[in-house]
Amino acid sequence: MPVILAAGNLADFFETEAQLTEPWPMIAAAVVHVALVGAFFGLPAGIGIWAERKVSGRIQDRLGPTRVGGKFGWLQSLADGMKLVQKEDLAPSAADGMLFRVAPYIVIVASITAFMVLPFSDGWVSVAMDCGLFLIFAILSLEVVGVILAGYSSGSKWALFGAMREAAQMVSYEIPMAICGLVPIVAAGSLNLGEIGEMQQGLAYNWLIFNNPCTLAGFFVYFTCATASCKRAPFDLAEAESELVAGFLTEYSGMRWSFFFLGEYASMFVVSGIATILFLGGWHDGLGIVSGLRANSQVGEYIAQILGIGIFISKASLLVLVQIWVRWTLPRLRIDQVMTTCLKYLLPISCVLFLGAIIWPLLLMGTGKTHLISPLGERVPRTAAVEKVESDLGEASGIPMDLEDLIENESSEGEAPADDSTSADHSAGDDEATDAPEEAASDSGEDK
Amino acid sequence: MAGAQLLFLLFALATCASAVMVVVSQNVVRMAFWLIISLGSTSALYFLLHADFVGATQLLVYVGGTLVLLVFGVMLTASGPHVKIKMSPAEGFLAAGVGCLFLAMIFFTVIPVANDWDEVVIRLEAQNDVTDAGGGYNALGEGNTTRPLGLSFLGTRPDKDLNSTSGTLSTGYLLPFEIVSVHLLVVLIGAAYLARAKRRVDAEEA
Amino acid sequence: MDELSGYLFVGAVLFVCGVICMTTKRNGIGVLMGVELVLNGANLNFVAFSRFSPLGLDGQVVALFVIVLAAAEAAVALAIALNFYNNHQTIDVDRGNELSG
Repeated sequence: MPVILAAGNLADFFETEAQLTEPWPMIAAAVVHVALVGAFFGLPAGIGIWAERKVSGRIQDRLGPTRVGGKFGWLQSLADGMKLVQKEDLAPSAADGMLFRVAPYIVIVASITAFMVLPFSDGWVSVAMDCGLFLIFAILSLEVVGVILAGYSSGSKWALFGAMREAAQMVSYEIPMAICGLVPIVAAGSLNLGEIGEMQQGLAYNWLIFNNPCTLAGFFVYFTCATASCKRAPFDLAEAESELVAGFLTEYSGMRWSFFFLGEYASMFVVSGIATILFLGGWHDGLGIVSGLRANSQVGEYIAQILGIGIFISKASLLVLVQIWVRWTLPRLRIDQVMTTCLKYLLPISCVLFLGAIIWPLLLMGTGKTHLISPLGERVPRTAAVEKVESDLGEASGIPMDLEDLIENESSEGEAPADDSTSADHSAGDDEATDAPEEAASDSGEDK
Repeated sequence: MAGAQLLFLLFALATCASAVMVVVSQNVVRMAFWLIISLGSTSALYFLLHADFVGATQLLVYVGGTLVLLVFGVMLTASGPHVKIKMSPAEGFLAAGVGCLFLAMIFFTVIPVANDWDEVVIRLEAQNDVTDAGGGYNALGEGNTTRPLGLSFLGTRPDKDLNSTSGTLSTGYLLPFEIVSVHLLVVLIGAAYLARAKRRVDAEEA
Repeated sequence: MDELSGYLFVGAVLFVCGVICMTTKRNGIGVLMGVELVLNGANLNFVAFSRFSPLGLDGQVVALFVIVLAAAEAAVALAIALNFYNNHQTIDVDRGNELSG
């Protein structure tokens, strides 16, 4: 079954347990996945809009919504949504009707589809694929198409200007964003988001942001570019109300207008989720609790998964909150400043960081380590690596016990002092696999 | 595989219908829209063919990059919001007739190729000392082609050599990859120069 | 093989639509879109044959090269189209007839 069917194990489950005939397991699994992502997607969008109003209110010394739903106005998003649904669905007479009506759907589909490859916990992802990060960036880049069509088909000069600005901004900011996404990839050695998340288990110094100075700087550059590519303030030139009325949104109202906002909040969450997985340890807590639980038992593993989802969502929501905070604190830039920031500063910086991430392991070669802070990333001496391969071979072909023990002892002397805990052991294995390519290559070669 | 066939029908219909709409529409922006739908569904077909990386590249480079560039071009060259450079109905009928004939011709060449394909596969296996019958690269795990593709750009071909019985190693695509990279750089500079040059002349004239 | 012929048919339709688009459109950018359709039809064939043949990933690699070269082609062609528009104040390719004697 092709990977795109988005069903994987769930489809198999429907086929074997529920006894469904051929096309239906796939459809049922797809419906379940869509329902999960949809429920999940509706929730943070609603919470995000409510949080935005509350946070902006507090920052501006107001109260924000207080009445709807009793305290704190927590049902405000629902009330907003009901109001927007009831509004008349109108298109200006100067507009290109079909494109005007279709454009919001392109934006929202591009934003939601990105959830398809975003893992929430170890293996809890609707499509696990090797080029997951690549595909997420590809899908997010489609959003700009909807924005351009919306601006162009509105038949209004404000909308057209807004769309042109937006397109220029999003297309330019995607480049440094993708390059900064590659900086931790160089350290991790995989584009598979699930693998990258699992690589950062154990204590917080295993997080890729602490891997080297380039990833540390890369996180901040990535976050800036992500904010800009979600068209959030201070980069929201496309809807700069002081110049362009509301940019490409000028002619939209009611539900179609709100689709743009749902899309914006969804992609805010997606870029924050990518930042969480690439830099901030994904679904791992940094104290070793999740990895410790998982090592214990079957039940512990399930609890660890649930805990992991909670941790992942809280980390990503924290980043969303920072985006909201930035929006209501910083003044808007001018369009030329926005483009200058990207093309003259962020793009060269991200290229330098990418280069630095490649050079960093070479710089560390003399110290015998591959990781400065973490005690786990010690470089395995070449002889020890060869011996380890030999010992693996020995296990396979049944070399006598005492000889094997001898080899084991020798190789563990050469290895890192990685006996702190089970979780530490795990990551030591991971680090070796990524950081000592000769060893990894020869290992896998022997496996085959 | 009925599920996959269902999806194939869906995306194949979307691809073909929107390709026809590209030809039929007279408004350039609508053409661009239908082209986006067509190329997007083509990338879905790539995913159905277990070509994940090609599908993702199609979305990123083609739909997200090239087509946005085209729409930019439409906006920069349009004199009004709805540009129509019309062709006469007679031309349209002629084009439709020629197109149908052309399509029929290709269909009648495609049918024998597809019918004899099993024999072709057997012959290819014999010629190349490959034993994996019908599996192709599928054995590498349901479309996770990123790593073998990357390795083939570095000059080694595990996807081919692991199935081969002859013991000779295949060549990869390192040189074409380098050439394409340099070519892209040249094109980048050239396009920037072409697009800038006229504006400078305009500034001098004005 | 049924599946293969399905993909080949889709590729054929894309190719023919592209050719018709190239020949009938008078808008320069419309012609470019036709070229993109033709390239996609060819690409679909490459990937389909790669999937159903025992020869590994060759077809996919070629498809990747085609996508990259199409991006390059679009950039240059667009620059030419912009220059054409600057010179002729229109994008109608029938107006570019200075070289016809």
